[in-house]
Amino acid sequence: MPLINKESVKKRMGSRIAANGFAKFLFVLATCFSLLVLGVLIYRILSEGLPYLSLDFITNFASRMPERAGIWAALLGTIWVMAVTAPVSFILGVGTAIYLEEYAKKNAFTKFVQINISNLAGVPSIVFGLLGLTIFVRLLGLGSSVLAGGLTMSLLILPVIVVASQEAIRTVPREIREASFGMGATKWQTIRRIVFPAALPGILTGTILALSRAVGETAPLLVLGALAYVAFVPENIFSQFTVLPIQLYNWTSRPQEEFHMIAASGIIILLIILLIMNSIAVLIRNKFHKRF
Amino acid sequence: MIQENKSSRSQSAVMEKVVPKLFLICAIISIFTTIGIVFTLLTETFTFFNRISIVEFFTNTRWFPFASDENADFGIIALIMGTLTVTAIAMVVAIPIGLAAAIYLSEYASAKTRKIIKPILEVLAGIPTIVYGFFALTFVTPLLDKIIPGGISIFNALSPGIVVGIMIIPMIASLSEDAMNAVPNSMREGALALGATRFEVAMKVVLPAALSGVIASFVLGISRAIGETMIVTIAGGSRPTADINLTESIQTMTAYIVQVSQGDTGYGTTIYYSIYAVGMTLFVFTLIMNLLAQFISRKFREEY
Repeated sequence: MPLINKESVKKRMGSRIAANGFAKFLFVLATCFSLLVLGVLIYRILSEGLPYLSLDFITNFASRMPERAGIWAALLGTIWVMAVTAPVSFILGVGTAIYLEEYAKKNAFTKFVQINISNLAGVPSIVFGLLGLTIFVRLLGLGSSVLAGGLTMSLLILPVIVVASQEAIRTVPREIREASFGMGATKWQTIRRIVFPAALPGILTGTILALSRAVGETAPLLVLGALAYVAFVPENIFSQFTVLPIQLYNWTSRPQEEFHMIAASGIIILLIILLIMNSIAVLIRNKFHKRF
Repeated sequence: MIQENKSSRSQSAVMEKVVPKLFLICAIISIFTTIGIVFTLLTETFTFFNRISIVEFFTNTRWFPFASDENADFGIIALIMGTLTVTAIAMVVAIPIGLAAAIYLSEYASAKTRKIIKPILEVLAGIPTIVYGFFALTFVTPLLDKIIPGGISIFNALSPGIVVGIMIIPMIASLSEDAMNAVPNSMREGALALGATRFEVAMKVVLPAALSGVIASFVLGISRAIGETMIVTIAGGSRPTADINLTESIQTMTAYIVQVSQGDTGYGTTIYYSIYAVGMTLFVFTLIMNLLAQFISRKFREEY
């Protein structure tokens, strides 16, 4: 008796190969669907938004008349908030990462901090808004100011920066640290002059990506009480403000069709800003990526 | 130079002591953030439950906080149902498409194709939710209105559900692909050598081996859908209801919080405190999901 019945194998082979081909078709289809959605999304926004896009649109303040409306206040508000968020989140995030990677002993406390950070990363952004509203706006009395908004955003993106920085620091090989210690450098000198510069490209890439996420965030600042209609530019960190996504939300939630058009124009600007930030991150990663 | 080093030695000794403490403070701030969130939510929720009974909160199916005092209803079930409806639709969209894309990228696609498609998927993940909200309201809803017989309301559960699903696809695809990539090639080669087709390898070897990572990605996707705010605020409407009707306006927990923050509700009113009670519920939901995902990927990870 033969071990393999060739006839029956052959009979089954056709259907198995067909199943493979059909499944592959479905998998490709699913992948293409995601790409198609992206294409439609971009096409829709460009076709609706481009006609309204002009220099005036960028330099005008928000207006009740769609043809006079612009994003100047929102654009500067975004820059102001990021001017607070970037240094605060960078210092806190990198500090935490250096502590965890270089100084912390492997004990329960370190593990707790680590678990805590990964849990914070999963907290919905709107909950950070509630935190900011209670702590910064009410408790510390900062009001719905640029400072309160920037600090809230810093805490929101902190986990992302910590994790990215930790990975960057971890890729710096032991040997060059040991070489530095061998030359008589202290721990802090080694970190400051050897480890930190070597990890900086990775840290910057992570930070820029985190900031670009913050630029697009709407919910926390809405809860915080950032204004939806602003016809002035923030003067200092205690000024009231609006940001691009909130301005877009404001236009999108109006029933008139024209406001949807200018919302699309605003989205184009927002996407261009994000594109630039992402390009810078990729550039840093490619240009300064060093292999040891 | 040695002389110079000697003179700065005491200074650098101080630095050696101070610097770790400064970094420790940075690390502790992340813990303070968590404590801040829990403390904030707990105290304000406590105030809320002093006014509205906790039993009513969890059993009443009506949520009408803006009615005059005696008529106001605070039954979070209506908001939870809205949230779960959107989440369910999102997962129906995101799980099959995300998983299929992951299988394609990890099992079928050439290295070159993968290198092109993966970054494009990442672009999809980087688009702000406000843009997705706009897309849902101005494109998906009118489209569904044409497709579905009888049409749908401008604000409905279906459109934001689908778009939240689309937003989550890249997350599920990329996390699942990571999990499947971690399965060693020797296992694939073994199966292929025995005469299995690629589809059989994917389904019977790779997927079971990567199952913990794949399921963890689903759970994280659910968590993300529950916490999503802007898409449901823009396209979902503001009519909380415990009935499941996909074509009618709904309200989710997150959308309610935005609605109150946008209104002119005074500090200290019951409505003001209600957003913390809702926020607390939301926080607990997502926390459980995140812990579950971590537990699954840690507990059931197969090491090769």
